Amino acid sequence: MESLIFEKTQPGRRGYVLPALDVPSIDPAAVLPALALRKKVSELPEVSELDVIRHYTRLSQLNFSIDTNFYPLGSCTMKYNPKVCEQVANFTGFRSVHPLQPASTVQGFLQVCYELERMLSEICGMSEFTLQPSAGAHGELTGLLIARAYHKYKGNARKTVIVPDSAHGTNPASAMIAGYQVVNTKSDPKGRVDLKALKAVLNEDTAVFMLTNPNTLGLFETQIKEVAKMVHDVGALLYLDGANMNALVGLIRPGDLGFDIMHLNLHKTFSTPHGGGGPAAGPVGVTEALTPFLPVPRIRKTEQGFSVEETAPLSIGKMRAFNGNSLILLRAYIYIRCLGREGIRKLSETAILNANYLRAKLHDRYQVAIDEPCMHECIFTSAKQKRFGVKTLDIAKRLLDYGFHPPTIYFPLIVEEAMMIEPTETESKQTLDLFIDALNKIADEAERSPEILKTAPHSTPVRRLDEVKAAREPNLRWRSVPVKVSNPPTPAKT
Amino acid sequence: MSNIERHYAKSHEWIRVEGNIGYVGISDHAQHEVTDVVYAEIPKIGKSVKAGDEAATIESVKAAFSIYAPVSGTIAKANAELEKEPGLINQSPYEQGWIFALELSDPGEVNKLMTEAQYQDFLKSGGPAAHP
Amino acid sequence: MDFTPHTDAERKEMLADIGVSDFKELVKGLPLYEGDFKIPSGLSEGEVVRLGHELGSRNQAPPRLLSFLGAGCYEHYSPAAISALMSRGEFLTAYTPYQPEVSQGTLQTLYEFQSAICEITAMDVCNAGMYEGASALAEAVLLAVRETGRQEVFIPHTLHPDYKAVLDTYTAEASVQLIDVPQRNGQMDLDFLRARVTENTAAVIVQNPNFFGIVEPVVEMGPIVQAAGAFYIAVVNPLSLGLLTPPGEFGADIAVGEGQALGIPPGYGGPYVGLFTCKSKWLRKMPGRLVGQTVDVDGKRAFVLTLQAREQHIRREKATSNVCTTTALIGFCANFYLTLLGKQGFRDVAYQNLAKSHYALDQFRQIPGVRVPFGDSPFFNEFVIQTKVPVENLQQALLEKGIAAGLSLKKWFPELENASLWAVTETKTKADIDHVAKALREVL
Repeated sequence: MESLIFEKTQPGRRGYVLPALDVPSIDPAAVLPALALRKKVSELPEVSELDVIRHYTRLSQLNFSIDTNFYPLGSCTMKYNPKVCEQVANFTGFRSVHPLQPASTVQGFLQVCYELERMLSEICGMSEFTLQPSAGAHGELTGLLIARAYHKYKGNARKTVIVPDSAHGTNPASAMIAGYQVVNTKSDPKGRVDLKALKAVLNEDTAVFMLTNPNTLGLFETQIKEVAKMVHDVGALLYLDGANMNALVGLIRPGDLGFDIMHLNLHKTFSTPHGGGGPAAGPVGVTEALTPFLPVPRIRKTEQGFSVEETAPLSIGKMRAFNGNSLILLRAYIYIRCLGREGIRKLSETAILNANYLRAKLHDRYQVAIDEPCMHECIFTSAKQKRFGVKTLDIAKRLLDYGFHPPTIYFPLIVEEAMMIEPTETESKQTLDLFIDALNKIADEAERSPEILKTAPHSTPVRRLDEVKAAREPNLRWRSVPVKVSNPPTPAKT
Repeated sequence: MSNIERHYAKSHEWIRVEGNIGYVGISDHAQHEVTDVVYAEIPKIGKSVKAGDEAATIESVKAAFSIYAPVSGTIAKANAELEKEPGLINQSPYEQGWIFALELSDPGEVNKLMTEAQYQDFLKSGGPAAHP
Repeated sequence: MDFTPHTDAERKEMLADIGVSDFKELVKGLPLYEGDFKIPSGLSEGEVVRLGHELGSRNQAPPRLLSFLGAGCYEHYSPAAISALMSRGEFLTAYTPYQPEVSQGTLQTLYEFQSAICEITAMDVCNAGMYEGASALAEAVLLAVRETGRQEVFIPHTLHPDYKAVLDTYTAEASVQLIDVPQRNGQMDLDFLRARVTENTAAVIVQNPNFFGIVEPVVEMGPIVQAAGAFYIAVVNPLSLGLLTPPGEFGADIAVGEGQALGIPPGYGGPYVGLFTCKSKWLRKMPGRLVGQTVDVDGKRAFVLTLQAREQHIRREKATSNVCTTTALIGFCANFYLTLLGKQGFRDVAYQNLAKSHYALDQFRQIPGVRVPFGDSPFFNEFVIQTKVPVENLQQALLEKGIAAGLSLKKWFPELENASLWAVTETKTKADIDHVAKALREVL
């Protein structure tokens, strides 16, 4: 393991030196009040540029990543992130643009955003999109605030948001922040909407029904049009959590199914890199009736070029400072321009093909939660390994030894010991076959020598961690000196 | 004080009454289900709760659990030791791992709870999973 | 160009293994879209790079554009090592580190980020990063309202208008009363706070330096807020902390900020990283992800996501926040920047910002037709001037000379006639500043 960068400090060493000051020097104490001036220096590392490069290059090599390993993490769509998208996003003409520059000086960026919005609207069958939300959960909150503004405009904000028990945890959390009570509804055994259960909770107080389609079991919601009718009949709105949009792109348009609001995760479906947990972007699409409530600013195309509309009377306002994660939006734009209208369909078809191939090849050795054709991901369980005392966690950890990132485990919550595998469309048959081989070997090991699994991983940079210690005695930062209580400076009495 | 009788709620809290004060914790069965407790959020003293209200929260590494007041009353004491050592709930669920104490507003409510024997039967019958 | 690898033969073989003869059988009965998508045909890599160049050339950007725009996003020099490290696939294309055994690179780097931010802010704890500064502030306010059970929140008139707008959006459905704190000579009116902050106050916000670039009386404010038992929430520019009193030393309960100044490209608005720090007392209440140090089964030091039971994927509707994305990669960038600059460089860069902005204002002051509205108030790397001509005219005239003038404040502060906000960072040379001063003189 690598020591901390702070532990490599050599007093006086520099990693970057500023140019000499070419304006007259001033005494900070002459222009700033004494109380405003920092007294104690920050103990930042003192290291050379090479120290920094070597330290972080070595650290990076301790990671699994898409560029180095198959990463079939369900619901996360870990597909290849094309390098050309990175290259364009690094052009000075994009990366150095200030967000408050006059519209006349950013026509290229405005065009990218405008066209991306149109393309996403077309792909999803929605009327318009806002590109402002910074992540999927941020998009959910945006969408729910739009719904709330819409209902208020119609006279009554309503009280509840209905969320299926198979939903991502962000759904209920976002609904709470949007000021709604969450009503949970049970799914049927296939993770699909239980129409009876839905009917029982739908009423005039319902603002929104949030749905993931394909659902978190990887199955298409076949009764979607009936669901939409039921929701609309009580005057509520139907929301699509677009986390699983990789199954639908180019094949099925959510707008055609009756969804009123949806968010996309550009870092999933449209291949912007996950960056170890972010940055992301979560554009939100709406039907025409909801467009007046979209956040500002809005980009408009006029005869004089592209312009930015700063205010709109019914808008929910702003979800973040400035306009959005533009360099992420640009990557998604370049990605879609690469794929084009032919490529988007091939994307989802191949994603569905790959998932079904894994289902067909693995279902002898591993229990499939629902053994019928799946969409872009498939849920297995460790039910067949249970009698050897092997759990899903053990299988996941053993996969690390074989050089594969494990699937998403223990989600959805409605499937016991779930393993959610999403191969994505960018993986070759050879990679999938190696993964199948590894899982088959692990199934053998589970029968013959389960201890290997229970103590896995064995070949990773570190082995299983003491998470109880991490949570009981939180150590969240390096400290130069042992903890000491510092008192704020007291202002002089006037 | 361990000789004093405990009563149990279906959500696996126990209560032990001393005078007008009822000490509350979670059962040994529940602490096993929860696994290592890493954090306990104890209630503020003086807060009044009804039977079945959420009164405290405990966390394991991967989950959070609500602790419900088994009977109505006012929070009279809270076990501050747990803030430093949440693992007491695992090590000593019926003694040092008590979570809070209630000043009972209706001592009769205690009789609506399960006795030790009834609770053991309840566990054997595979009652609802510990802590939702 | 798509990025699917299968040959036709492989595709057939896979379909056969699944037990179908045609892909359509896998999606039988689904409501497939039969229309033509109105999006352009796919491009080859060469074509798309060319398109990128064309679009990029329709933007004006530094260094060719000499820009004095700031207002929450600043042009700072970012050492080459940063983009080299950020483009490493092992960092760029990893996911949230749910499997710590194969994510120590992400985890340790985030731990070092948390440590570096704690060092510069002098706060107890820092999370692994929020979306950006304004929504980080909104989360801080929601925390304060939740924990105090009070509703009044004092918002400085001198707060960044976008931050104010985001607060409006986030608190629209909570019963929160936002109270505007007037400014006096560009600073928060302390007498107003003394008179109005009471035991009904959930939080008092200060932005330092504020939207006008002015340094606020942050130390003097502390006792007023603390006496009322309210949350003292600071919004800081992290780069200024090389010189200015850090929030941990003026008693802030929560300090948030926009991390962009730490070597992150302006990128027309993002991605950035929101900084969220607080006193240990509020650790369990803070939103976002946290990385902690622990050991593995062999006793080796290792890092892991911790205190996760606070989060949405476990608490669902009982979670304190819905945040799930942590802008790890951008947090790395801020960490690389602080590490490369180091103990001395971090002070140097703040000092150069101070010296250059003061030199610039000294030059601007001498121009007839320029007025400095908050003349005596201390400032860091940004200041307001008023001119005898409307800012739009000024901007247009300077743009023709390749200069992006300061930001017009008309939209938010109509009371300040013809006012503009100018940022002067270490990226501007004396020649640049003299050049813009000369250009201003010609226009006015």
